[in-house]
Amino acid sequence: MQKEAKLKKKYRSSNGEHVRATKKKRVSRSAGGDFLIVLMLVSIGAFMSLPFVLSVANAFKPLEEIFIFPPRFYAINPTFDNFKQLFRLSTNLWVPFSRYIFNSIFVSVIVTTFHIIFAAMCAYPLAKGNFPGRKQIFLIIQTALLFTGGTLAIPVYIVMSVLRMVDTYWALILPPIAGSLGLFLMRQFMLQIESETLESARIDGATELQIFWQVVMPLVKPAWLTLLIFSFKDIWNATGTSVIYSEELKMLPTALSQIATGGIARAGVGAAAALIMMIPPMIVFIISQSNVIETMSYSGIK
Amino acid sequence: MKLSEKKNAVVVNAPGTWKKPTLWQQIKKNKTSYFMMAPFLVLFFIFTVIPVISSLLLSFTYFNMLEWPSWRGLANYQQLLLEDDVFVIAVKNTLIFAFITGPISYVLCFVFAWFINELPNKVRPIMTFIFYLPSLSGAAFFVIWATIFSSDSYGYVNAFLMQWGLIDGPIKWLTDPAYNFKVIVIIELWLSLGTSFLSFVAGFRNVSSELYEAGAIDGIRNRFQELFSITIPSMKPQMMFGAVMQIAASFAIGNVGAILSGFPSTNYSVHTVTMHIRDYGNVRYEMGYAAAISFMLTVVMILTRNVITKLLNPDE
Repeated sequence: MQKEAKLKKKYRSSNGEHVRATKKKRVSRSAGGDFLIVLMLVSIGAFMSLPFVLSVANAFKPLEEIFIFPPRFYAINPTFDNFKQLFRLSTNLWVPFSRYIFNSIFVSVIVTTFHIIFAAMCAYPLAKGNFPGRKQIFLIIQTALLFTGGTLAIPVYIVMSVLRMVDTYWALILPPIAGSLGLFLMRQFMLQIESETLESARIDGATELQIFWQVVMPLVKPAWLTLLIFSFKDIWNATGTSVIYSEELKMLPTALSQIATGGIARAGVGAAAALIMMIPPMIVFIISQSNVIETMSYSGIK
Repeated sequence: MKLSEKKNAVVVNAPGTWKKPTLWQQIKKNKTSYFMMAPFLVLFFIFTVIPVISSLLLSFTYFNMLEWPSWRGLANYQQLLLEDDVFVIAVKNTLIFAFITGPISYVLCFVFAWFINELPNKVRPIMTFIFYLPSLSGAAFFVIWATIFSSDSYGYVNAFLMQWGLIDGPIKWLTDPAYNFKVIVIIELWLSLGTSFLSFVAGFRNVSSELYEAGAIDGIRNRFQELFSITIPSMKPQMMFGAVMQIAASFAIGNVGAILSGFPSTNYSVHTVTMHIRDYGNVRYEMGYAAAISFMLTVVMILTRNVITKLLNPDE
């Protein structure tokens, strides 16, 4: 009895008529539920944004305000002094400051680009192929994610010195290109692609590489846009101090921490530097996420 | 149809007879696949596989980074499992941390990603941005939490509780073993909306909207039904990704406790396996022993991963 009623309910709309003909895009949402969701997101979101608000405030505080306890989330006498001092200090370096900026941007762009391409190219056969060793290769890469770093630093250093890569750009660029997180992410999204879509492209005479570029990559756009954030954020904040000694190869985080570690007097400079460091990953995030929302897959996805 | 089924079907030995292709034939037929994987796999082998294997070998040695490693056999593991009392505390703490923060954070990541997906298009990136801010804003969060849970009466929690007469004097939230564990759990949860959260946000975008339209026609009436009968089944790959990332993150917990409660913490109250590795690797320079600890941790993580995989994907 109850089952029957449930089945009946399944195909009836609220006013008792069949819903079959309605061309609604999505199921309607209750206003109360919408309100609750917004309320929760806003209140918790306010809490999530506290550290950022404090970072911004600190960067604009004069030195004496930074150490007030408990810390204020605004500056009483906002000033650009910290930024001015940072600029002055950065122009007095042995290596021109622009060199650090170049290093950071150069390495971040190269790593992120090649990481996404190589990881996606490797993920495609692992997700949709059918060849010997497919499962084992993926399992090894996925397991690598569970290996907590720390103890790997020394073996990695030895490998690099054997390859004569220590103190070169290669040491910064090559290891993160083969990060297992990116491969795992790309492979999971590619699993959702319908094999029929790939098959019809194959029948049209497309090569595997063409299918990869023209069919697969557009379908998993949300995945590589997200990977763009992960990869860029990590490499932008990486110091690379264990494999880089030459001053002219160092990246921004190292340079800025060298400037900011001048005791308490440099605390304001440190706050300004921290804020500036946050800006590029944020820009990447905003570009990426505003593109993620535009993708709404209609076909080709299971 | 799989990537190479069509190609495999062409492997015919003699007219009229069809034989299962041999391993070598299968490899030859799939050479494009291997070529596509090669760039990643070569780098992965050099910078991950070789270091992991050498680190595994190091775990059977005594290695202080100055002298050549000397072979100890299983002595490191023996010492770890039978003699190291602090390791037992670290394991206990790590397991409790992992089994509390792992699942809760996983659910939080999913629920918030879902909530955000329910928002109109224009607001969605802004909300995602705000929830991802703790991951973007580097070290600034430590200052916030150190202030909120400060041990004197100026700390926000202490000031609030004292004003309401709930406590008589300030509580040392971060250093008193009676409280610091719970406080660290809260902070870890707050911090944990990172990788899994963002991949869920993207995963919600990768569900075919045809499915939702079909669902609406088939009489799905509210967002919960839609979530459980369409979204979650379609998002299985992302759910799996999130689960593995949660395992990796929750078993590696320790850094937050070390910064806020001190390293080592009072009576090792928030000491974890990761911090034990740091203690031996970066403080005492006993790299062999540190490698042994990290392998024990990896084994536990692999076992957990296998259980979770079975739960999420019973048919695989």
